[in-house]
Amino acid sequence: MIRISAILVVLVVASALAVVNLTHRSRGLVKAQEREQARSRALEAEWTQLQLENGTWAAPARVEKIARERLGMNQPARDHLLSLEASTGGAR
Amino acid sequence: MKSYTFNHNPLLSERLPPWRARFVVGVLLIGLVSLVGRAVYLQGVNRDFLQAKGESRYARTLTLTATRGRVLDRHGEPLAMSTPVKSVTAIPDLANLNAGQVAQLAKVLGMPLEDINRKLASGKDFVYLKREVPPDVAAQVAALKLEGIHSEDTYRRYYPVGEVASHMVGFTNIDDRGQEGVELALEQRLAGKNGSRRVIKDLYGSVVEDVESIRRPRNGEDINLSIDAKVQYLAYSALKQAVQVNKAKAGAVVVLDVRTGEVLALVNNPTYNPNNRGKLSGEQLRNRVLTDTYEPGSTMKPFIAAMALESNKFKPGSLIDTQGGRMTLDGATINDSHAHGALTVAEVIEKSSNVGAAKMALTFPPEHMWKLFDNLGFGRPLQIGFPGEAGGRLRAWKTWRPIEQATMSYGHGISVTLMQMAQAYMVLARQGEMVPLSLTRVDAAPMHGQQIFSPEVTQQVRSMLELVVSDGGTAPQARIPGYRVAGKTGTAHKLEGGRYVNKYVSSFIGFAPASDPRLVVAVMIDEASGGQYYGGTVAAPVFAQIMSGSLRALGVRPDAPLVPTQIARQTAVPVKEDM
Repeated sequence: MIRISAILVVLVVASALAVVNLTHRSRGLVKAQEREQARSRALEAEWTQLQLENGTWAAPARVEKIARERLGMNQPARDHLLSLEASTGGAR
Repeated sequence: MKSYTFNHNPLLSERLPPWRARFVVGVLLIGLVSLVGRAVYLQGVNRDFLQAKGESRYARTLTLTATRGRVLDRHGEPLAMSTPVKSVTAIPDLANLNAGQVAQLAKVLGMPLEDINRKLASGKDFVYLKREVPPDVAAQVAALKLEGIHSEDTYRRYYPVGEVASHMVGFTNIDDRGQEGVELALEQRLAGKNGSRRVIKDLYGSVVEDVESIRRPRNGEDINLSIDAKVQYLAYSALKQAVQVNKAKAGAVVVLDVRTGEVLALVNNPTYNPNNRGKLSGEQLRNRVLTDTYEPGSTMKPFIAAMALESNKFKPGSLIDTQGGRMTLDGATINDSHAHGALTVAEVIEKSSNVGAAKMALTFPPEHMWKLFDNLGFGRPLQIGFPGEAGGRLRAWKTWRPIEQATMSYGHGISVTLMQMAQAYMVLARQGEMVPLSLTRVDAAPMHGQQIFSPEVTQQVRSMLELVVSDGGTAPQARIPGYRVAGKTGTAHKLEGGRYVNKYVSSFIGFAPASDPRLVVAVMIDEASGGQYYGGTVAAPVFAQIMSGSLRALGVRPDAPLVPTQIARQTAVPVKEDM
């Protein structure tokens, strides 16, 4: 009788310690997850900023301005246009 | 010491007064009852309240903010998107700041001292000190560690192309709700739904455990508009230039894809920058393509010609006496801008004769003409899903007098939106078939609609519209190298206070390539006052500029080998396709 009780007491204490340990580890993991989520939010924010930046740099208005002013490009006049006829059967 | 067993204890033989025993029992009973009562009160009656109170010491509900969907052009270029920003908030009751702290805060936020003091003294439970501040500024505020000052995650809407697409895309208000344009029209799909999670926080305020399952935020949908950013920009810059050169009050352009009914560009001028709406006037906000109506003028004539040809009463070569450009009806006179004698139906369109169109129209009963207009969608909103769409004005045919029927044949006494006109021209460009328009990208196979004119008749009308841009027509300036163009000019007097005045709406609507139409471009210039006001000189060049640029941007094959354009036949040089 006493022996069974002793075994049970040992088991109870062990299980209690295991609960403490697991809770501690779970909190650590939750914290790590929080950190990663914050990082993912920050990256997402950066991504949208970059997309915006890309959109702003690539805006047709800006591209045209640079092409005309800095690169000295212009629309080809009509007699500079060369139109190719699509070859039939050549393209796969 | 003498010992006794319990039963022989001499104390037991002592007779005590019986009330003492009863008193003790009574006191114990009272104690028991009050304990049980308290337990019942705490565990049963007041349990929920107490549990909630207890939980509130450590559990918090966090809001998971959902992002609003992006608005993209048909190729995925962003036209509107949300980026995270912070809003600095304060709980005035908790924020007992000294003068130095307020000054620090004002400096970081870049706002006047008195503004902050006023907000903190407003007596509300919660105030926004400054909304939409960049994340780094919010971090500086947090670094000040002021009590009662917090920051909140929010999103700010940015419009990368700015004023180029503002009338189409619209904008949102500070609470991220759509106010105008597509942002309002598609609010349901764009708006996200915030989620939430219950967590347990430790004493440092970091999350240690989730209490309930997380309600995930539902982000708004990304929406691909039918707009092509390149075509939109072409239309925007051409229109802006034309409005300036012609000293016009306003202008509008719409570009449609004939194959699918998609709106490739929608532009208005004057316009506004949706990123900076400090001083917006109603004039800037007006959408002349969809929500304003105008009298279309001569651009209406091709439909009258189509109706006439459809009835077999007229052939393209039938002669109509235009009486030298004057006709009197019900005491009113109809004039042509140039006097002609007898004209064929084709010439009536080519020279844009009002008398000719009126004479053709008057051979039909009013009901017949009303049906034509109704079939073409005039007089009722397009139902394209844009907020505030106008339907225009088409009166019931029973009230038409002959003079009214005559003026309607050349586009007066009837009002339409530019989008309706463009859609009606698409019927001519599509072999007589009317299809619905779309503001969003159409990925499904193009639908088929109601047949309004027969393919033969539309073919005949199309050749007439090609004459309009010939040297003898009203709009040689609408020609573009390499492509055959068909279209019609319109120069309509404006109606002010019930009278026609000498102010004009100049328009040109047409399509190209005429052999197999791909695009419809409609241009409308309101009150050109730079000396020119004819549709052929004001609107047609804008049309040509937009059409040629767009056809080139879309890679549409030229169908007219005009003399200056060289056509080189591709020689049999093998091209490695699979590199």
